[in-house]
Amino acid sequence: MRTPPWQFWLSLGVALMLSVLPLPYDYAVWNPDWVALVVICWALHYPRRVGVGAAWVGGLLLDVMQGTLLGSQAMAMTLVGYLTVKFYLRIRVFPLGQQAAAVAMFLALYHFVLFWIEGVIGGPAPGLDRWYAIALGVVAWVPLQAAFRILWPRILKT
Amino acid sequence: MAIQSEQHRPLLLRGPSPGSRFLLLWVVCILLMVLDHQQNQTRNVRAALSVATYPLQALVNLPFTVGSWVSQSLSSRNALLSENEALRSQILQQQFQLQKLDALQVENTRLREMMRSAAEVAERILVAEIRSVDLDPYRHRLVINKGSRDGAYTGQAILDAYGVIGQITSAEPLSSQAILITDPSHATPVEINRNGIRTVVLGSGDARELNLPFLPNSTDIQVGDLLVTSGLGGQFPPGYPVGVVSEVLRDSGKNFATVRARPSAQLDRGRQVLLVWFGEPQRVRQENEEEVQE
Repeated sequence: MRTPPWQFWLSLGVALMLSVLPLPYDYAVWNPDWVALVVICWALHYPRRVGVGAAWVGGLLLDVMQGTLLGSQAMAMTLVGYLTVKFYLRIRVFPLGQQAAAVAMFLALYHFVLFWIEGVIGGPAPGLDRWYAIALGVVAWVPLQAAFRILWPRILKT
Repeated sequence: MAIQSEQHRPLLLRGPSPGSRFLLLWVVCILLMVLDHQQNQTRNVRAALSVATYPLQALVNLPFTVGSWVSQSLSSRNALLSENEALRSQILQQQFQLQKLDALQVENTRLREMMRSAAEVAERILVAEIRSVDLDPYRHRLVINKGSRDGAYTGQAILDAYGVIGQITSAEPLSSQAILITDPSHATPVEINRNGIRTVVLGSGDARELNLPFLPNSTDIQVGDLLVTSGLGGQFPPGYPVGVVSEVLRDSGKNFATVRARPSAQLDRGRQVLLVWFGEPQRVRQENEEEVQE
């Protein structure tokens, strides 16, 4: 099995930093799930090296950083990584609108798994604002995807 | 061409299938979660991984540190003078109050001796700084820059100059994560300062509000009553302000009164907090572990 390229770890680090950026509460609920987006982006374009394992590492680091139940975000992130690797051939040829819809579905599944784990351990039930991040995640997907398309050939050469 | 070069990649993925890898990792995750939730056995894993995330946190925090340093070094002479003036008068006022405190402390010890009750516990404090990282908007947590290397331990009480802030949930080598008293999953044992009625304060999820759901309608509680820690449960040192009652609604149709309080500590402001050691930490730590094992 081949390990992810160093560029992946760099983007994962930036995503981790963005996800703990101090924001006022009203904006913090809109902060997209950067780590999930980065994992989807890489797994979509480079499924041979970035996939289930890399998603797991990203989720685990996010767990440690945010102090959530160890393994919960890793579990949700692994699902996102797996689905992306499973359907990468199809999603890659989708037009942008459909691709965004697929990403929205992955992010919704990601939040659903977290929601479910929180319910099992008896955490407080969050309100509707828990799902706001998905909307902005899809918006953030478009430039992220475009940037990756431009950078991708250079990454492949190395 | 039959040559298989590095550039010519097969369309299908090789190695163990993503499906089996996925299932294996889910089993690992479930194991981790069970260990973390039930026995809190993953402390070492967390501490090891936090070494990797520490530089990222420091990097996020950097602009804020630099910003405050720049604003400090660029603040004008006049501003410094007026700040100095204000601090001087504050010190004067506090020294005046301290004189009274000395007398009161002596009197208190004498009274306690007369009542033969337990002596006041010894307390030690350490100033820690809040890191500018936002953990999760749904939970009231924060990161401070003192960890187990400085003697911080899980369950340790955190205060600021105005009251109780919360307690440490995980002490990592270089930093610690703490839960605030306003987190919905946190409860603080308190007593009403005016008449000594004991109750429990629950977090509301709002940084400006606390709930007291376990008070019967007939309880003697009024708006403006000060709630102080009772010291029961052994997590918090007794006698520190937690909040001030802001709303009391007595609905005769319900068993319990609806009571809300405003936290005394400045939970959403300030950058410095105090870590408090009281009694023997060893004893507190043992109690913690017993609680966890239960």
